[in-house]
Amino acid sequence: MTAVLATVKGPYIDWSAISPILALLGGSVVVLLAGLLRSRAAREQLVPFLALAAFGTAIGLAIWQWDADTLVVAGAMRIDSLTLLSTLLVCATGVVATLIAWRGQAAKDLAHGEFFALMLVSSAGMVVLVAATNLVTTFTGLELLSLPLYILCASMMRSERSLESGLKYLIIGSVGSATLLYGFALIYGATGQTGYRAIARAIVTHHVAGDVLFLTAVAMTVVGLAFKASLAPFHQWTPDVYEGAPTSVTAFMSVATKTAAFGAILRLFDTALLPAVDDWRPVWIAIAILSILIGNVGALGQSSMKRMLAFSSIAQAGYILVGFVVVTSLGVQAVLFYLAVYLVSNLAAFAVIAARERETGMGDDIGALRGLGARRPLLAVSMTLAMLSLAGIPATAGFIGKFRLIESAADGGYTWLGILIVIGSMISLAYYLPVVAAMWRDEAEPALAPDVDARTGLPALAGGSPEADRPSAGWEVQLVAIVLGAAVLFFGIFPQPLFDLVQSAARGLGL
Amino acid sequence: MTIHLSIVLWLPLVAGLLALLLPRAIARWVSLLGALCVLAYAIVLVADYDSARGGLQYVTDVVWIRSLGIHYKLGVGGLNLFLLLTTAITFTAAALWSALREQDIPRPGLYALLMGLAESGVLGAFMAQDLALFVVFFDLMLVPFYFLTLIWGGPDRGPAVLKLFIYTLVGSLLMLVGAIATGVLAAKGGTPTFVLSDLVRHPLTRGSQEWIFLVFALAFLIKMPAFPFHGWMPDGYQQMPIPVLAVFTAILSKVAAYGFLQVAIPLFPKAAVHFQELVMLVALASILYGSAMAFTTTKARLILGYSSVAQLGFIVLGIFALNQRGADGALLQSMNHALVAGPMIFIVALLAARAGGSEDVRDMGGGAFRAPVLAAVFLVLTYALLAMPGSANFIGEFFILLGVFQSKLAISVVAFAGVAMAAVYALRLYIRSMHNRAGPDVESREMSLRDGLVLVPMMLVVLALALYPQLALKRGDRAVTRAIAGAKLVQVNNALAAERTQEAAR
Repeated sequence: MTAVLATVKGPYIDWSAISPILALLGGSVVVLLAGLLRSRAAREQLVPFLALAAFGTAIGLAIWQWDADTLVVAGAMRIDSLTLLSTLLVCATGVVATLIAWRGQAAKDLAHGEFFALMLVSSAGMVVLVAATNLVTTFTGLELLSLPLYILCASMMRSERSLESGLKYLIIGSVGSATLLYGFALIYGATGQTGYRAIARAIVTHHVAGDVLFLTAVAMTVVGLAFKASLAPFHQWTPDVYEGAPTSVTAFMSVATKTAAFGAILRLFDTALLPAVDDWRPVWIAIAILSILIGNVGALGQSSMKRMLAFSSIAQAGYILVGFVVVTSLGVQAVLFYLAVYLVSNLAAFAVIAARERETGMGDDIGALRGLGARRPLLAVSMTLAMLSLAGIPATAGFIGKFRLIESAADGGYTWLGILIVIGSMISLAYYLPVVAAMWRDEAEPALAPDVDARTGLPALAGGSPEADRPSAGWEVQLVAIVLGAAVLFFGIFPQPLFDLVQSAARGLGL
Repeated sequence: MTIHLSIVLWLPLVAGLLALLLPRAIARWVSLLGALCVLAYAIVLVADYDSARGGLQYVTDVVWIRSLGIHYKLGVGGLNLFLLLTTAITFTAAALWSALREQDIPRPGLYALLMGLAESGVLGAFMAQDLALFVVFFDLMLVPFYFLTLIWGGPDRGPAVLKLFIYTLVGSLLMLVGAIATGVLAAKGGTPTFVLSDLVRHPLTRGSQEWIFLVFALAFLIKMPAFPFHGWMPDGYQQMPIPVLAVFTAILSKVAAYGFLQVAIPLFPKAAVHFQELVMLVALASILYGSAMAFTTTKARLILGYSSVAQLGFIVLGIFALNQRGADGALLQSMNHALVAGPMIFIVALLAARAGGSEDVRDMGGGAFRAPVLAAVFLVLTYALLAMPGSANFIGEFFILLGVFQSKLAISVVAFAGVAMAAVYALRLYIRSMHNRAGPDVESREMSLRDGLVLVPMMLVVLALALYPQLALKRGDRAVTRAIAGAKLVQVNNALAAERTQEAAR
């Protein structure tokens, strides 16, 4: 036995290159252990702080490794600027989600430690997913990402909606994973390879493009990834899951999962499956069209903000796909730029929703925002900028993002997809603007749900004044909302730093 | 003299921000001061502009977004010089009107900020010499109007403002795709540029020109609005607060007219010639429909709204005559209409205040009885609106019709009818409100000092322009020549080609 072990040589591991992943995983262990401490203060203050520190360390290490471009762990992963940029985006989302969750109900129900540990593990999974250059690693990353999220969705253990959300996500997510795994198996069957580069070579040498087995493999892979990125027509789970999950988790899921899924899509299709581009491009174009239309139409008339943002995220994912299907370096840059823009805009919106959820007890209903402009102008300005940015109005980051996407579409000869983007934006105004109107038009104070305590959902004590019992939103949530709102404006006027950031990201792909 | 256009451009927004941050009591005055400074700057611009040299002056050109090839390029030329002045005049009047009526405008700081943003947006659209920058400002200027109507508008503003915003953004967003496609296609694989002077030098193929031109034309025609793209107008006009509406009707429609001369015709000359008749027919339909609606509707605001539809129809007609006279007239008429339409809206507010708050002309009447000054100011403006000989509007319409007469005889014959109809609706509004039997709740009273401070100077500007229209005509002349030069060349080439085929057939 010992003799056998001695002959198997482990692969060389470049520890510094994978240090951001290690920081996230190590952080999750530390956070989990710190969550076992007796003292309540330690659990409520120290644990989130440690989670923030872990995310911060990962960000720092990613910046340290910025110019790296190496294959690590025997070619299982590639640490390049695409991976590192995704790490930055995922960890930034993690920081925001942690701050939103800090004093929320969800973290309390999961004893703090578990909640943040799961979030860190999921983030590590996202980074692995984007970095993966081998089908096996890809699937590992995907599961590492998904499993913690199933639990996080159900983390408000006393809320039926949250449990329902977790269960739905588990079932649908597993179907998605299974489909993807089947697709991967068939890719292996068609090409005999699991490494991305090797697959690309095999497609050319074995002439498998257009082959039925290979087409089935590609179709199942597309479906599996579309489930994860919540693209139509595989989006049905999204509104229910987003609405039921705790707001911090929804915020994390809607941005980080999408970033990771698109990172993986770029890496897989623009490297491994690039020689078979004509096989998969029409499918993705169809999915983009459906996502833009279904997402935008579905969001119309929703009164739950989280549901509305769920549909809007489907539409936004459709816009992002346009940058991907042109299969150019410019398109990749447009995708990554838009992901960054989507991050700031969407998280600003979620931060405001989370703040109002705590202040009003009306949940995520649009009514909770009524009259915000008069009483909480800074929050209202952030929300307004977020909505205008998602709709793509000039002077916001969203406009520049759409500009880049349309430019890449026109440049790649798909101007009509650019027109589709703006048609989607037009429809989207009909649901983003009512949010803005609710905040600025009506001066009325939103009525509290009658006799229900905002915090616990239990009937208020006799004689207790709802004003006195109303919890404040917490300075950290408001700070996040305002900083992100300012970022939306800043990147709408000075987007060049962000462009410089995404510029090198397409280098590692086969384009 | 060096004049930094960036200062003029951002001054209103800075004043608005100051007004928001300073104590509530002085917000309105800060906003007014900002508008006055811009006005002073605009007057200096007009005085200082070297019309002998012509062309673009005071150019600011820095790279704004390197990766997208968008320049922050501003400039003043013959086309926009007087439109800038008109913008400054109208915004100053609106700021003065709001400053003197504090009870109408709660939250004055926010109001000042939004008005400042609106003025910066409009000035930016007029000054931009980069296609992408133009699109940015063209879309951006709509945003403050959304909020201004949403917060201070009439009782049914909710759906109206949504309709207005979506309707006009439909055009703007399509225009965005058109603009990006122009940049990308003109670059032919290189790094795109959007600077207008570069784009003019690299014309697109005819097929690309045609669809992009249609997209731009749609955006401009919606913004004007022209028939049949005016669906947002009736509701939008009725819900906007008075000073906001004055600015909106006077200035925003002119940005669209200016867009044709500045962007659509120089960049897409082949398409402009190809679609000349189509656009002229739309303009003609606007004149007829707008006039007919203006003399049947009874709501005073809508009479003015539909009259704008008709007047903008004339302006488009003049532009698409694609000859010197027509375009000269259109440019002059843009300025004339802006200077008349603004104060007319204020007068509607005064009339409504004297008719028990109703803006319906059936409830008005006999308003001139105890208000000779108001009646006189109103009469001067009415005559200007209906293009009475002696007014600058007459000169504008005369040039437009002359230009159309030279290029499309049949269309000009119908358009002449529009001139007569303008007299009908303008006089109808005047007679029904100032003369006739007094309405049940009408209480005739003279305009107060605060009304006079706004209206009398604006009337004097209209009179001054009537006496000396050459001031604007002369400076615009050469710029207009340049704007339509490409289209004229295409026309000449087409004519030559047609001749050649005829000869070949013979």
